[in-house]
Amino acid sequence: MGKSKVNSLGLSREEYKGRPSTLCPGCGHDSISNQIISTAFDMGIDQHRILKMSGIGCSSKTPAYFLGRSHGFNALHGRMPSVVTGALMGNPSMKCVAVSGDGDTGSIGMGQFKHAIRRNIPFVYIIENNGVYGLTKGQFSATADEGQELKYYGRNDLPAIDLALEAIIAGATFVARSFSGDSKQVQSLLQAALRHQGIAVIDIISPCVTFNNDPKSNKSYEYGKENQISLHEIQVVSPGYVEGKEEITLEESAAYDAGEIINVDMHDGTTIRLKKLDREHDPRNRSMAINVLEQSQREQLFITGLIYYEEPRPTLAQLEDVYEGALGTLEENRVRPSQQALADVMAKFK
Amino acid sequence: MVLEAVPKPVIQPDATGKIINDFAFMVATKNGSGSQTSNNVLVKSLFNMGIPVNGKNLFPSNIKGLPTWYTIRASKDGYTGRRATTEIAVTYNQDTAAEDIANLPAGGVCIIPADWKWGHTREDIVWYEVPVKDIMKKIEVSSDLSKRVENMTYVGVIAFMFHIPLDEIWKALLENFNGKEKPAKLNFEAVKLAYEYAQQNLVKKDPFWFEYDHQTSGKILITGNEAGALGSIFGGVNVVAWYPITPSTSLVDAVLDYQHLRKDPETGKMTMVVVQAEDELSAAGMIIGAGFSGARSMTATSGPGISLMAEFSGLAYYAEIPCVIWDITRMGPSTGLPTRTSQGDLLFTHVLGHGDTRQICLLPANPEEAFEFGWRSFDIADMAQMPVFILSDLDLGMNNWMAEPFQYPDEPIHRGKVLNAEQLEAFIKEHGKWGRYMDVDGDGITYRTLPGTDHAQSAYFARGTGHNDLAAYSERSDDWLKNMHRLHKKLQTVIGFLPKPIVDVDPAKKVGIISFGTNDPAIQEARDMLAKQGVQTNYLRVRSVPLSKDVTDFINSHERIYIPENNFDGQLYQVICLDHPQDLTHIKSLPLGDGLPMTAHWLFNKIMAVENK
Repeated sequence: MGKSKVNSLGLSREEYKGRPSTLCPGCGHDSISNQIISTAFDMGIDQHRILKMSGIGCSSKTPAYFLGRSHGFNALHGRMPSVVTGALMGNPSMKCVAVSGDGDTGSIGMGQFKHAIRRNIPFVYIIENNGVYGLTKGQFSATADEGQELKYYGRNDLPAIDLALEAIIAGATFVARSFSGDSKQVQSLLQAALRHQGIAVIDIISPCVTFNNDPKSNKSYEYGKENQISLHEIQVVSPGYVEGKEEITLEESAAYDAGEIINVDMHDGTTIRLKKLDREHDPRNRSMAINVLEQSQREQLFITGLIYYEEPRPTLAQLEDVYEGALGTLEENRVRPSQQALADVMAKFK
Repeated sequence: MVLEAVPKPVIQPDATGKIINDFAFMVATKNGSGSQTSNNVLVKSLFNMGIPVNGKNLFPSNIKGLPTWYTIRASKDGYTGRRATTEIAVTYNQDTAAEDIANLPAGGVCIIPADWKWGHTREDIVWYEVPVKDIMKKIEVSSDLSKRVENMTYVGVIAFMFHIPLDEIWKALLENFNGKEKPAKLNFEAVKLAYEYAQQNLVKKDPFWFEYDHQTSGKILITGNEAGALGSIFGGVNVVAWYPITPSTSLVDAVLDYQHLRKDPETGKMTMVVVQAEDELSAAGMIIGAGFSGARSMTATSGPGISLMAEFSGLAYYAEIPCVIWDITRMGPSTGLPTRTSQGDLLFTHVLGHGDTRQICLLPANPEEAFEFGWRSFDIADMAQMPVFILSDLDLGMNNWMAEPFQYPDEPIHRGKVLNAEQLEAFIKEHGKWGRYMDVDGDGITYRTLPGTDHAQSAYFARGTGHNDLAAYSERSDDWLKNMHRLHKKLQTVIGFLPKPIVDVDPAKKVGIISFGTNDPAIQEARDMLAKQGVQTNYLRVRSVPLSKDVTDFINSHERIYIPENNFDGQLYQVICLDHPQDLTHIKSLPLGDGLPMTAHWLFNKIMAVENK
């Protein structure tokens, strides 16, 4: 897969695209859209089973630019999580990829972000994080690092909110950080996130080429390219995968010492195979995950990869035992109680 | 009651010296003392005796301690509007007793704890003193329940003095405790002891009597919030998202009470889910997400929640997403009077959202309509592809009203213009292509597809930003105007789906009354009072906005029109002015907005003041 012109559904990569982007040329968000397109194409995803959702902002425009055959909803600033919640309660059989930004999630939408995580709404929550407000021309966002400087707005004296850390604290069971310039890592994380049966938060540093791309800024391309520290090399191994039969990007595990490879087993039988690169990090260890994020904030390190993973809790729809299909298409006798049921209720009020 | 200053009624017994089934009580207690059970039992007993009755709870925004009043009105003529003053006062709250007693008319009755040694501070009323402490000493009851059971002593005295048979009280108690004998027995003991005390020690000196009647047979006693919840359940609601707020909370509580009715007969899974959101913004977002997915969705809130839902309401209007929003209106502006009724959200809700927005509002006046609009609102929302607001109020929502048993929906579920994969294919064959906002029928209502539709061309990107027929982003003025004109046309089509006004017209009468919602009982009674004074009136009760042409016809066919309503600014009057640019000087706005349900006397006096000129 990946090298053939069509995927398992007989579709070309072209058929996973959306409308042409209207973002600034070179925008990090466009490369993330491309990774979503490639990942969905490679995985042979049926686009009509996908919902693509967003809030408001540069990042939130992007669902128009990928998966043209998926229904989408460009909702309100900071309110994407509630709209996703309703859409997935109305039809729990859909998969959902949602795009937000650092302003959309870290400021106006912080409450909804936290509560969607708390309810474990099963969707891929991508934050395209560039540290600035683009559409309103370059104000600091809440994820901008302390001491950072911008052309018009000067120095930011407030500490940054780490959205990956916030996600872990709120109870997310899949939390990753990546860099839009690292297409391979973004795709691997997307593949794993799409298979996760709970909320999957991916905070992707995605440079704003217009307002925040000075090499000194730690949200710039140059900074990212030079300073990214990947925790692991990631390979997502599907259930039923036969060793040696298909191309793998990670070298044979046998070639490494014990402890060099971590196999994270997912609920659906998928394994996320992680090869240690920079430091000891087991994403299944919550305190390790919190520590690595705190360290990266303290020392201003750009650490990326799968930060935290745990077996997903039941989703809200599972807890509520909701019918697992489109509730709006059920026949009348399945959603309107009988005449006798009404008569029985009325008798109680006589 | 220390809520308002009102004239006192004149007590006029009949030839036999009696007043039968036509008087009112006021029960003053402290909030949280458990008097709700006692009051419910009294209302239910009278209802079971066949006497037309209403109960109105005037309670504070407080859990324990502040004064609360409950009025119970029996009316042999079937009038169920609130009475401002009552002939009988049960003064069980020492903090308000002085004023409660002062408000009684001459010849009225005061039922008061003997333990207070209050003394007979008025000589023109009848005093019945109840030795509450002595009675309670005879009952074995834990201290935490003791205060609640205490309130049963006035039930016992009322039962003896005004002739409610004890077995009716017992029956109502059992109903109140859902058939559980233990709590019913404990409470009944206090009733019986107080009844026996009255029998042995009190001499009846008042003219008030209850007698069996047959006017409530077949009827039910229910709150509007329960009715709305049942309507939603029978309307096929799938997703209920909400944030608690007085006075809407009991609507969602009732949805939860009947959740079991919505287990899918085929899979055993739930076809309705209730999600408690983190705030009203989120609740609105959830129902809009659900509406987008094709599910029927609903929230219930009150004024402050409506304010928070403004942005989402505009999105649903413009992106054309169906959903239902109940506003159990309380008194604003701001936090206002959270436990007092109001009709003050009509104007705001009708235009809710920035930019040019006109929302649909349904205006129920009674439990039957709360039930009917409850299920019908989903059909209207799906057919119109826009939000439907149901403006009830605290009076309807939280008080018990007599009603006819609800009629099962007489129409199948209407899902509006939704295309499945095959229908989409046929649409494309016929029209060359499909676009989410293409108006092929010329009625302003376009065809939508639902997420999950297995067709390569079914997808669209819903958005609150400017868009063209194909739902693609557009900043072109012509696209924008075309869309706004279509939305305007859609609204005209939608008026045809909405509940028509209830009109009582005799062409010979020249005076008309236009109103909406829970003013209805007061208006019905005031019309009879006016007729006795020679002022004959016609009546149109608006049940939805945007307004239908019936309202215009009614306005044009009367010499004088009165618009009484329960808000300060005359909001229905303003909505009528918005849609009627012609001369409306023959219309007189009669706004009330004092936090309490309208009374017939208030309206009678307002209209007579003009008619007598």
